[in-house]
Amino acid sequence: MDFASQFVQQLINGISLGSIYALIALGYTMIYGIIKLINFAHGDIYMVGAYIGFFAITMIHVSIVPALLISMVVTGLLGMLVERLAYKPLRQAPRISVLITAIGVSFFLEYTSMYFVSPTPRTFPAVFDNVSLHFGSFMVNGQQLLIFGITFILMVVLTYIVQKTKIGKAMRAVSFDVETAQLMGIDADRVISITFGIGSALAAAAGVLVGVYYNSIDPLMGIMPGLKAFVAAVLGGIGILPGAMAGGLILGVIEALVSGFISSTFRDAAAFAILILVLLFKPSGLLGKNTREKV
Amino acid sequence: MNTIRKNDLLLIGLGIVVFAVLQGMMTEGLIGAFWKLNIFIICINIILSASLNLINGYTGQFSLGHAGFMAVGAYVGVVLTTNFHWPFLLALVAGGAAAALLGCLIGLPTLRLNGDYLAIATLGLGEIIRIVIMNIQYVGGAAGFTGIPHLTTFPWVFFVMLFTLIVVKNFVNSTHGRACIAIRENEIAAEAMGVNTTKYKVIAFTIGAAFAGVAGGLFAHCFYIINPSSFTFMQSFNYLIMVVMGGLGSLTGSIAGAFVVTFISAALASWPEFRMIIYALALILLMFYRPQGLFGYIELTQIGIIQRLKLKGGHK
Repeated sequence: MDFASQFVQQLINGISLGSIYALIALGYTMIYGIIKLINFAHGDIYMVGAYIGFFAITMIHVSIVPALLISMVVTGLLGMLVERLAYKPLRQAPRISVLITAIGVSFFLEYTSMYFVSPTPRTFPAVFDNVSLHFGSFMVNGQQLLIFGITFILMVVLTYIVQKTKIGKAMRAVSFDVETAQLMGIDADRVISITFGIGSALAAAAGVLVGVYYNSIDPLMGIMPGLKAFVAAVLGGIGILPGAMAGGLILGVIEALVSGFISSTFRDAAAFAILILVLLFKPSGLLGKNTREKV
Repeated sequence: MNTIRKNDLLLIGLGIVVFAVLQGMMTEGLIGAFWKLNIFIICINIILSASLNLINGYTGQFSLGHAGFMAVGAYVGVVLTTNFHWPFLLALVAGGAAAALLGCLIGLPTLRLNGDYLAIATLGLGEIIRIVIMNIQYVGGAAGFTGIPHLTTFPWVFFVMLFTLIVVKNFVNSTHGRACIAIRENEIAAEAMGVNTTKYKVIAFTIGAAFAGVAGGLFAHCFYIINPSSFTFMQSFNYLIMVVMGGLGSLTGSIAGAFVVTFISAALASWPEFRMIIYALALILLMFYRPQGLFGYIELTQIGIIQRLKLKGGHK
């Protein structure tokens, strides 16, 4: 295989991995945008989503799309429950205590699921026959097409919700200024809860897609992708939805190229190095606006 | 003699008493091997949490890369003692110096970032350090470095810890420390008052990194093997938890935080499957009821009852 076609092949792999990062990063960025919390438990919400999808397919024998929907709904509710129980009582507390609580929630989700589903990795069932489309010398397989399709649909739906609906308008208002939004009659607690629900549902979709793509899930699978997705969110400019999408895709492509052409051991280092370089030259992320600090 | 020196002597005196009691109990066999190791780890964790507190608590800069600096100190230390047969003290100092140098080099560009951006940048740097070490075959790569001499003894960990506490305490009470606290309270106001904010942020970051490096050296010589997976960002989280649990900007808080966290995880060692679940719940509940940490911004010596005792006991 010559260089150009290998490059295109890595690009395709990178975009599928990047779509998954983007889906997780969207949740991160929405939650950060609205309550300024780095929700370290988000990666574990994604893991729970993958397990719910797994059990939906193996136990009630549904096909991939209903499994995806079930997982999104259940995990979305779980995200709202976590917000209600763990973060809502801390609304007035210093931000760092909420962050530590998020780390606590993350440990709790990881080790409780480890207790219930055992720490050994599980093989995700093959949901459809492996079809692959060949374009010249490179190919796209069925799983990748599924990832592209689902991610695209979810992003369109999300953009519609945030830009066109009433609740989306309320979300934007709350993320702009919580107190003023409340004075305008917006129920901020409800909006925050819904944001957690939507963000967690997106992470659940990413979890199910990863299960389909890599065929293996385990209780600690959320740690690294969670961190990478946060890197993606910061890369694009945290709190900005198109930034998270772009950041996720860029990160995925860089990782695929580094592991394809240099060495797969350096792919994590490359992701962080790119992040630091971007932050040094554009501290608010690629699509972030430079806001002047006012005294 | 001014008050600062007097307090130092008091701290050293108290330290020697605590040391004598613990050492006595160890030689008498009252403390078993398991708890002895945990006392070592508590001392090392106190060094790490006190030095992280200098960065996160006193200077208000959100660093999540402490495990990376610890790794640098650990690896420099073990290479010097194992391959070059340097004396332990020199190896520890060299490990601390290497971590400090790296901290200074990293701090200069990244400390321009603020808040969460700095947090994620330092977290990334910590991970880069770990991945680079993992790819250096000279130090054993991912398999780890083996055959380390067991040099860390109780006097070493205890007195290095005491030294760290005295340095951090005196730094915080010095002009430089006041400048750091001013940066934490309000960076713009501090700058307007003539504080060179970049300089003090880098100083705090470098000192913090240096002590993390020394702690890494002590940690590495406790066991016969170290590997890069002991220095993941989860470890950095752990030190952050200790600092926040004890109280940001409180040195007694750092001691308490390191003690409580290490003690909880050691005490729960017999229930491995529930250990992390209970730990997680304890963490969440503590943040609910004491969001400012056990000590908040207060030192033990400033708590009412001790102040009153001091007044009563004072002759003047």
